[in-house]
Amino acid sequence: MLHELLNALEETLFMVFSAGLLTWIIGLPIGVLLSVTNTGKILENKLIYKIVHFCIHTMRSLPYIVFMIAIIPFTEFLIGAYEGCIAAIVPLTLAAVPYFAQLSEKALNRIQPGIIEAAKAVGASPFQIIYKVLIPEALPNIIKALTMTFIHLIGYSTIAGTIGAGGLGGLMIYKGYHAFHFDYVLATVVILIALIHIIQFSGNYIANGNISRNSTAP
Amino acid sequence: MISLNGIEKVIKKGNRVVHTLKGITLNIEQGEIFGILGHAGAGKSALIRTINFLDPPSRGSVVIDSCDLSTLSAGEIREARRHIGMIFEHFNLLNTRTVFENVAFPLELLKMPPNKIAAQVRALLNLTGLSDKAEAYPYQLNSEQKQRVAIARALANEPKVLLCEEATHGLDQKAKQSILQLLREINSQLKLTVLLITHEIEVIKSICNRVAVLHDGEIVEQNTVIEWYSKPKTDVSKTFIRVETQSDIPASLGNRLLTDFCENTNLILRLSFSRTAAEESFIALVIQQFPLSVNIIQAHLETFQMHSVGIMIVEMVGERTEVNQAITFLEHKDIHTEVIGYVTRTA
Repeated sequence: MLHELLNALEETLFMVFSAGLLTWIIGLPIGVLLSVTNTGKILENKLIYKIVHFCIHTMRSLPYIVFMIAIIPFTEFLIGAYEGCIAAIVPLTLAAVPYFAQLSEKALNRIQPGIIEAAKAVGASPFQIIYKVLIPEALPNIIKALTMTFIHLIGYSTIAGTIGAGGLGGLMIYKGYHAFHFDYVLATVVILIALIHIIQFSGNYIANGNISRNSTAP
Repeated sequence: MISLNGIEKVIKKGNRVVHTLKGITLNIEQGEIFGILGHAGAGKSALIRTINFLDPPSRGSVVIDSCDLSTLSAGEIREARRHIGMIFEHFNLLNTRTVFENVAFPLELLKMPPNKIAAQVRALLNLTGLSDKAEAYPYQLNSEQKQRVAIARALANEPKVLLCEEATHGLDQKAKQSILQLLREINSQLKLTVLLITHEIEVIKSICNRVAVLHDGEIVEQNTVIEWYSKPKTDVSKTFIRVETQSDIPASLGNRLLTDFCENTNLILRLSFSRTAAEESFIALVIQQFPLSVNIIQAHLETFQMHSVGIMIVEMVGERTEVNQAITFLEHKDIHTEVIGYVTRTA
């Protein structure tokens, strides 16, 4: 049983961290794009904002299980398989990107407009403002957003487990639910709770290192 | 150095059109400290933002150091802004950067090598008295120190002009004076032209050479500070000065004050005069030359920068014609007179 649990945990961590990394790489630029193209922002562009905003909303509006099954053809096209933990990275990433992009957009929008104005006043270009002002200033809140995204990804990965992605979700469904080994269910619960606490704690720890500097922002 | 020609700003709020700046023309000379005084909502913030095109004017031109900003492309405006430093009411420092890194920010944008940046930042921190705070974060500083960091940052590009938006607003008296002192120092040491906007007459008095009064999007009055303070022309200016010096008449008198002339009343007069005028004892001269008595209600001396202006409120007890002659006499002695009102004779 221990061997099976460790195996499942490894699969879950692989799925979650691969998807999390991809989400960071894809989601942050989308969040920045949303933030800077909004009305009154440094690269205001109503058309781009509306299109991106619409896509993000559409992707977030489907329940995960429906979304995951609906994009099976795409997953198969990309990976060449629709089962297993590698294939699961595709729907996990696609579900987490809109969520993370929206949270990042919110974090970026919380920066005082005056700080951006001051950067403009010393001659910063929009691109310099993005990577020297917006992202560094919003980083503590973006890290918190990423933490939330990881916790969501763990939830999604267990749902993915029920349709063949493996991992802790798969183990619980096949061994615990279908084969009536309730000890597997308990073990999964304990591992998941521990996992989520570890992620939350690390996220807060990293973010707070930055946040203390922000403490007096009005 | 800075020349504003017919600056207008029109903002659309829904289907309402608001005219915030109505044709502002100003010329600010190289090396002077020029103050724009106005109440909240007069358009001060809008005006200062048109000067470096943070918020470009709807009409009119801004010429800085013989370069017309309205003819420049977006990239050229960014380049031009490097020569126009600006400090803000809310400091607007980067919270995740240390004092050193905040001041280094404009230089990083220029891709200057780190050792050159370090040398320049250290010199700026020295100038602004922040050498021991280089590694502090903004949340560890008080408001005065934050504004000093903002000044150092604004000076990093070696600008020719410094724009100050309510730079001392919200600071306590000591901090305010120390920031004003710093502005005066950099003005004289670096030969920097300073344009500041404020609603505090105290700022105008302590550091400005010239002042323009902004009211409802228009410049209503413009003069050297001394001339303006001793001979205010518009009601807006008079109110500013009266509130600030509290030379408003005492309540006991104010209650009896009439705005229009009637029989059997004494005239209440506000006199303002410069040091040279005060060398003669003009009150004594008035009493000697006219059959009048002069009752001094309030008097004080205002000192600012190198000059002082006397303010006096007097009651002129006597006949109407003689009072008028006395006023003409005082005006000849270069004493500015302003009729405040009339009070009925008690005796």
